[in-house]
Amino acid sequence: MNSPSRHAPPATTRWHPASIALHWLLALMILGSLGVGLTMTGLPFSPLRLQLYNWHKWAGVTILALSALRLLWRLTHRAPADPPMPQWQRRAARATHGVLYLLFFAVPLAGWAYSSAAGFPVVLFGVLPLPDFVGADRELSEAIKPLHRWLAYALAAVIVLHVAAALKHQFIDRDGLLLRMMPARRRGPVSSPAIRS
Amino acid sequence: MSQRRFIAFATLAFALAGAGIPVARAQPRPAQLQAAGSEIAFTTRQMGVPVEGKFGRFSAQVALDPKQPEGGSVSLVIDTASARFGSAELDAEVTKPTWLNAAGFPQASFQSGSIKATGPGRFDVAGRLTIKGSTRELVVPVQLAAAGANHVASGSFTIRRLDFKVGEDEWADTSMLANDVQVRFRLTLAGLPPL
Repeated sequence: MNSPSRHAPPATTRWHPASIALHWLLALMILGSLGVGLTMTGLPFSPLRLQLYNWHKWAGVTILALSALRLLWRLTHRAPADPPMPQWQRRAARATHGVLYLLFFAVPLAGWAYSSAAGFPVVLFGVLPLPDFVGADRELSEAIKPLHRWLAYALAAVIVLHVAAALKHQFIDRDGLLLRMMPARRRGPVSSPAIRS
Repeated sequence: MSQRRFIAFATLAFALAGAGIPVARAQPRPAQLQAAGSEIAFTTRQMGVPVEGKFGRFSAQVALDPKQPEGGSVSLVIDTASARFGSAELDAEVTKPTWLNAAGFPQASFQSGSIKATGPGRFDVAGRLTIKGSTRELVVPVQLAAAGANHVASGSFTIRRLDFKVGEDEWADTSMLANDVQVRFRLTLAGLPPL
C-alpha cells in the first residue's frame, strides 16, 4: 500500500515520526488488550476481574480513537516507498494492512456493543460515560460476545502474519523495510542511511 | 351475629392482625399491587459504571388514605432471589452469601412507621428497611399520582450497601464498588382512596 504519489517529490524512506509513534503505541496497546482479554475471561468473579474488564474497555476505546486518528493521518500523509519486492507481496501487504485497519475498528466496536448489551455502559477511565449504541439486551449480548472474541482472534492472527512478514523482510530479504518504522536513534536527516538493497 | 360467626370473624381478624395486616384501626382498605405497572430497580456503580438491576418478585401491603396519610401503613416484601441484571453472570453472583445471601435471607422488607404529607401528592414515608438481616431506619419520599383507575406511587432513595453487608470481604472495597446504591420504585396500586 506504499506506492509513492505520482506528483510527489522524492519519496521519503521513513515513516513520519507521528506514524511511527502511533504504530508502536497501538501495537503495545493492542497486544496488551489481547493479553488482558484472554486473562480476564478465565478469572472468577472478583474485584481483579472487574478491574481488568474496565481496563480492557478503556484500552479498547482508546485504541478505537487512536486508530481513527491514525487512519486520518495515513490518508493525508505520504507513505515511504516500498523496497523492491514481487507484485504478489505488495498486494498481500496491502490486503493485510487493509484487514488490520478494519479490525482496529471492528474489534473495539464489537466489544463496546457487547458491554452495552450486557448492561454495562462503558465509562472511560471511570469518569466519562460513553453512549450505548445498543440497549441492554441479554440475547443480543450473547450473540455479540462470540463475534467480539472471534474478531479479536482474527486480529491476533493477522498481527502474527504482519510480524512474520516484517521479520522476513528484515532477516531473509534484508531490505531494510522494518527500519522505516523504527524510531530514529537521534535527531538527524529524515532519510535514513540504513536502507540497503 | 351468631356466636359461631363471631368466633369465625374474631379468628379471621386475629389471624390478619397477626399477619401484620391492619383491620381494626381506622385504616382504609388495603390497596392491591398491580404487578404489571410496578417495578423495583436499583443502580450500583462499579468503577464509575452504573449497573442496573431489578427485583422480579415483590409484594406490597398498602393501606393509605391520601387525605389522611398519618393513619396509613406501607409494607413491602422483596424476594431477594429474584434480583436480575443484564448479564447472567451477575444474576448468579448476586444471590450468593457475599451479596444478598438469598438462601439465608430470602426476603428483604420495608415496614413504614409514620407517613407525612409534604405537598400535594407527596409524602415522606419513614420506616425500617431490612436487608440480609440488618435493619436501618430511613425516610422515603414518595410521589403519588392518579393513573386511570389506579394510583402510581414512585420515588427513589439511596442506601449504603455496607449498612446491610451487601458485598463482603474483598467486595467491601468501595473504590471498586460504590457504597451508595440508588433504589427506584414504581408501584401501581388499585383500590386506593382518591387523592
